[in-house]
Amino acid sequence: MPYTSELRELIKAVEKTRPERVARKRRGEEFPTMSLQERDEILKEYHPDYRQEGRRALRVGVNKGYVIPDEFADILEAWSRVGPDKVDLSVPDIETDVLIIGGGGAGTAAAILAEEQGARVVIATKLRHGDANTMMAEGGIQAATKTEKDSPYYHYLDVMGGGHFKCDPELVYTLVTQAPDVLQWLESLGVMFTKYPEGKLQSIHGGGTSRKRMHYCGDVTGMEIMRTIRDEARNRSNITVIEFAPAVELILNEHGDCAGALLYNLETEEYIVVRAKATILAVGGCGRLHIQGFMTTNHYGATADGLVLGYRAGVEVSFLHTVQYHPTGAVYPEQIEGLLITEKFRGAGANLVNINAEQFVNEREPRDVESAACIRECLNRKLGVTTPTGSVGIWLDSPMIDMLSGEGTVKREFPGKFILFQRHGIDIAREPMLIYPTLHYQNGGLKMDSSGGTSIPGLFAAGEVTGGIHGENRLMGNSLLDVVVFGRIAGQSASVYALQSSRQGKLTLDHVRAYHNELEAAGVSTDRVAPMLLPDYTDPELRKKQLTSHYFGTLR
Amino acid sequence: MAEKKQNRNTVEAPGVEGKNVLGGVGKLIPVYVMGKRYEVPETLTIMKAMEYAGFKFIRGCGCRGGICGACATVYRKAGDYRLRVGLACQTVVEPNMYLTQIPFYPANRATCDFSQLASSPEEIFKLYPELFRCIACNLCTKACPMDVEMMDVIAALKQGNITKAANLSFNCIQCGLCASRCMGELPQYHIAQLARRIYGSKIAPRAEHLAEAAAASNSGRYDAYLKTIMKMGEEELRRVYQEREIEPEMAAEDWVPNDTGYL
Repeated sequence: MPYTSELRELIKAVEKTRPERVARKRRGEEFPTMSLQERDEILKEYHPDYRQEGRRALRVGVNKGYVIPDEFADILEAWSRVGPDKVDLSVPDIETDVLIIGGGGAGTAAAILAEEQGARVVIATKLRHGDANTMMAEGGIQAATKTEKDSPYYHYLDVMGGGHFKCDPELVYTLVTQAPDVLQWLESLGVMFTKYPEGKLQSIHGGGTSRKRMHYCGDVTGMEIMRTIRDEARNRSNITVIEFAPAVELILNEHGDCAGALLYNLETEEYIVVRAKATILAVGGCGRLHIQGFMTTNHYGATADGLVLGYRAGVEVSFLHTVQYHPTGAVYPEQIEGLLITEKFRGAGANLVNINAEQFVNEREPRDVESAACIRECLNRKLGVTTPTGSVGIWLDSPMIDMLSGEGTVKREFPGKFILFQRHGIDIAREPMLIYPTLHYQNGGLKMDSSGGTSIPGLFAAGEVTGGIHGENRLMGNSLLDVVVFGRIAGQSASVYALQSSRQGKLTLDHVRAYHNELEAAGVSTDRVAPMLLPDYTDPELRKKQLTSHYFGTLR
Repeated sequence: MAEKKQNRNTVEAPGVEGKNVLGGVGKLIPVYVMGKRYEVPETLTIMKAMEYAGFKFIRGCGCRGGICGACATVYRKAGDYRLRVGLACQTVVEPNMYLTQIPFYPANRATCDFSQLASSPEEIFKLYPELFRCIACNLCTKACPMDVEMMDVIAALKQGNITKAANLSFNCIQCGLCASRCMGELPQYHIAQLARRIYGSKIAPRAEHLAEAAAASNSGRYDAYLKTIMKMGEEELRRVYQEREIEPEMAAEDWVPNDTGYL
């Protein structure tokens, strides 16, 4: 739906201040950045992570006492989908070397590396292979590839600063030193990076970066990487993909090693026992939990299943007290509310301006600071723009980009969003977008080490499901890097373990029984089951009329 | 908890107290899902309208953001014989819309050892001989929800122009609608994927600096600097962080830093 006449009036104010703002940008005059102290202050006041309401201390498990958002605590303080006594573990349905739970960027990268080591690989995905947050990532992938002006040293500093200096140094070291190699690997697989005519990769700034090291493929970097590595995985006969079969429990053996997983065929409702010598959790993020009631950029299946599976088995979690809100989620038209509008727009020069068409924050602060600033502008200073449906937002002045870099830049560099807004009657090369922070990324998750291993032998993890790399806040372009770097590492480690070190043992779900006992002992009284698998968007009025339907958790 | 929190139709907009994000129920209009009539709010996308009506997606729903191709939908408008296409997550319903999703299409996908392929079009012809069954009817282009000119992609490949095919097909989300309409039974989206990979890996000019940077990193050139800051306490690290040189926003590609000590 194109802009209403009221909004068009407000856009005129933006158009009025635009030439001056473009001129300032050309002169290199940016809105002043915040000091570290100012960052801390604005976060404490306005960032949803710092709200006291909506969070509680975990009552069970290895991180008992950890205060995390209710939505995370709800899925961790919940029962197994299927009682352990119902499952016959004596004859596994599928037997393999490496089981990878999750078919996104991390899972697929892991599969390719594991197969190259000679392992038989099974990827079990909840939806289709490639239905993951990776597919939706847009802006870019960071790597220090231009040695004349950048190095992993600066990349390391940027990651640390963005993460509030809480990131695990070993993990960050691994991330930044492996980055150039990973880009080379992706190029050799055929990823079409945006390049200069002679072949050099183009790169830009992201929020919180000290060098322009974010490489990209148009504005669909995630899609281009995902579909390329998925295509490669499809070529490998030793990689079998089982779609629509999410894992609902990890299976251990009598030695306490991870020995596979219990899958659930979403279409036939059959439970499937998979025995594997090594298992990788690459299950992705949590956006569909709608933490603190926020809209999300995440795909349909992002329900933090990996946290449930790993935590029940005894893996620690870290940095779940923070979640990342992407500062620029679409707010108009309402049909695309919550949708990711890449940081790259700001990297290419677009200002954020309030209802008075004035800037109020430097566009390249790290995401959490940027989000807090937008929230302050709307909630506290009441300078946001209100839409016909009552949502509030900030202008993202994309027409500046064509003025700065030539007509046609927006259409060429952001084809995905250009087409998307065009469908709704908005030309983002000529009209600004309305944005507001949206739930975007799970900063924390399962603890793992720099070889991709967890505290459980035979269980590895990679990608958004893990915690520690990005500390309390991830920088743009480091997630696509994270999934490929640590996906490959997990695939490598898992296959080596599978082929050399794994121990045979009797399969068991005793850890689930023990977890249930803990829930009871802690007095957790609920009928919640986890993992959630899919969110429930059924209209409550209609649900009342579903007289004979049975909802198990959120699934019918 | 599940109903209150997860129902997107009533999730509250953060910062706007007590407001219904989707503007309440709104006026109801009829749409036909696989021929069956349902009354749905006129402001909703096809996807949310179907959920409103009680459908729970397993197939036919993915990213909900217009990029994954899971929700490809074919529909007609009232009184019009023309077939139209769109993504359910992006397309707003209209009165008497007559629709179905096509969540999967059994198109042929050829496997190969990609690393062994040459950069020539003959490789594509061998793997997809059906390429030459294309009769240039343009139904594939008309069926594309991303406006990819798929017939031109195929034409370019027939002429051996992999580069053109790669660039023209870049926005393809592999939903499969093109294959579903193709008279020659080509799997256009699989063929285009192969073309893009061949271009990206074997035809596009190489980014030489990647090999240099990878070699530098692997040789341990940066280890000494990194080990130093890895050991630093938070206070010292903050200071180093605040003092680090920032490449200016509008700096040209040939910018170099003043401090080259850590390169």
